Amino acid sequence: MEVQVKKEVKHRLSRWIREERWPHIWCSGCGLGIAMSSMLYAFEELNLDPKEIAIVSGIGCTGRVAGYVKVDSYHTTHGRPIPFAIGLKIAKPEMKVIVFSGDGDIIAIGGNHFIHAARRNFDLICICVNNFNYGMTGGQFGPTTPYKAKTTTTPYGNFEYPFNLPYLAASAGATFVARWTCLHAYHLRQSIKKALQRKGFSFIEIISPCPTGFGRPNKIGEGLDEMKYYKEKSIIKNGIDPKDAELSLMGGNIVVGEFVDINKPSYLEILMENNERIRREEK
Amino acid sequence: MSAKILTGVHYMLGDHACAEGAIAAGCRFFAGYPITPSTEIAEWISLRFPKFGGVFIQMEDELASMAAIIGASCGGLKSMTATSGPGMSLMLENIGLAVMLEVPCVIVNVQRGAPSTGLPTLVGQGDIMQAKWGSHGDYEIVAYAPASCQEMFDLTIQAFNTAEIYRIPVIILTDEAVGHLREKVVIPDESEIEIVNRKKPNVSPEGYLPYLPDEDLVPRMALAGEGYFVHMTGLTHDERGYPNITAEAHERLVRRLLDKIQKNKDKIIKYEEVQTDDAEILLISYGITARSSLKAVQLLRKEGIKAGLFRLITIWPFPYEKIEELSRKVSLIVVPEINSGQVRGEVLKALKSDLSVLGVNKLGGDLITPQEIVEKIKEFLKIRV
Repeated sequence: MEVQVKKEVKHRLSRWIREERWPHIWCSGCGLGIAMSSMLYAFEELNLDPKEIAIVSGIGCTGRVAGYVKVDSYHTTHGRPIPFAIGLKIAKPEMKVIVFSGDGDIIAIGGNHFIHAARRNFDLICICVNNFNYGMTGGQFGPTTPYKAKTTTTPYGNFEYPFNLPYLAASAGATFVARWTCLHAYHLRQSIKKALQRKGFSFIEIISPCPTGFGRPNKIGEGLDEMKYYKEKSIIKNGIDPKDAELSLMGGNIVVGEFVDINKPSYLEILMENNERIRREEK
Repeated sequence: MSAKILTGVHYMLGDHACAEGAIAAGCRFFAGYPITPSTEIAEWISLRFPKFGGVFIQMEDELASMAAIIGASCGGLKSMTATSGPGMSLMLENIGLAVMLEVPCVIVNVQRGAPSTGLPTLVGQGDIMQAKWGSHGDYEIVAYAPASCQEMFDLTIQAFNTAEIYRIPVIILTDEAVGHLREKVVIPDESEIEIVNRKKPNVSPEGYLPYLPDEDLVPRMALAGEGYFVHMTGLTHDERGYPNITAEAHERLVRRLLDKIQKNKDKIIKYEEVQTDDAEILLISYGITARSSLKAVQLLRKEGIKAGLFRLITIWPFPYEKIEELSRKVSLIVVPEINSGQVRGEVLKALKSDLSVLGVNKLGGDLITPQEIVEKIKEFLKIRV
């Protein structure tokens, strides 16, 4: 009798994953897998040492990313991954500290920290997965929910105006600003790679399907249907003024691209310079 | 670093002594948001830190400050923030995170009159219960109550050491009067200051379990960037640090968080006794009020009334057993404090008898004078007779 030995095939990214935590908790059709793997491909392609990376998340579906990636990872309180990451980065300036969290976390409850980190041009990579609702809590609306969209707390349609995140980030002082959808996995990976190799505050918004919390009530359909929408309606416009970066899931266009990439001394660069000057003058 | 701590004898503000104590303890990260009457701590730190290679950052609010000091401590820096009541309220959620992640850090609360904005420039001692119960859930906390500028220095060092030993947030629960007091502070030579650092892993990254405790119930702490790939989460977690929201995992984790303080409380609890040996009336007090209480003991003694003082240096853990023991020898306990009776309630909890516990309380933002304590006691005794 012939004995068949099944050879275990390891995924190219397996060294970046805490495999013992599989399966993950995300719904089918969710964009978080693409968002996370785009980041991991960026690590892999830059041949980074896992020791030089830390991921900080807040609460919610996106917040779970920290727990799945095999680097030093911190799953903190709702809205506070940015200030947590600021402390961590100051303690470990040689590490690449990534904040990977959701729109509710970074823009609603953590909105104040977001604008101030951007203002400081603090050396962080801030990746915000925007699925237009509070997925894990049951699909309530948030500050990125489109006008008229239905959620569990806007049953008659949302009547608040949403933020345009790249515009917000850029006007607050972010020096690298990009937006991609989960369909643009290749572009997204390139932007993350760029962010990993620069100083200052980098902000990347990832538009992601949430078929359970957002797609269903708004009749967008399954995750794949939302991806089809991205395919039809997204336009790449690199370098445009982010205020013109239109974003619509209700029939309009989704403008994606790298909108801002400027050079300005970062927080840590200025801090180090100041501290050195003070110590020099002391002598 | 060439910078040195200010060894020598100084005439120093309480808040400054606290800040200098932090520097002497090895604190190299401070994140804070200005609030009276704690701002002089941040000001002193911002002046002194750059010379030591430390980082002072003025955050956008107290929530950010607390989150930042936890993050910095995960990266290996001894970290501190300072605030007052309203700011403390904002920090509480992340103080709970520090408890859950077991991250050492120090929080100074220079108390003022409250609730709400209350009396920003005037003294209060009303945050006693908040320090213990302010964050949600069951946890144990260590809080010190300095009564002098010297103690602001000494207990700040102690607070950092305790935080490192047990991997906990430690609170310095002082008050406006001590913070704004100016008096003699003796700062020893750097070599005479005992500094304790957190325990590091003694196994390889493959064999390391971030939340597997040693016999003292405290796990060893790997820092970011050391290759241990820790995962820390505010969710209930197992020894690997991975979320596990079963009843069993929660019971095991929370019980250990409580036990690592409760079972070591004899090592943690600090107090001072003055003339308690033959005392018939026992005053229990803390912070600035303990100084009025000490004078009151002297005044009572002059009149032939045998009074003694038990001064709480740790407010939490609370020395219930010690107070119960002392209560057996006295006929009255008096608790002066600038609130409506928060520590008095704990003293009542400690007692096994129905001994009278007289509260001497004030809410107006003023100190309680020794005379007021004496008068209140005399009045009470007359009624009793």
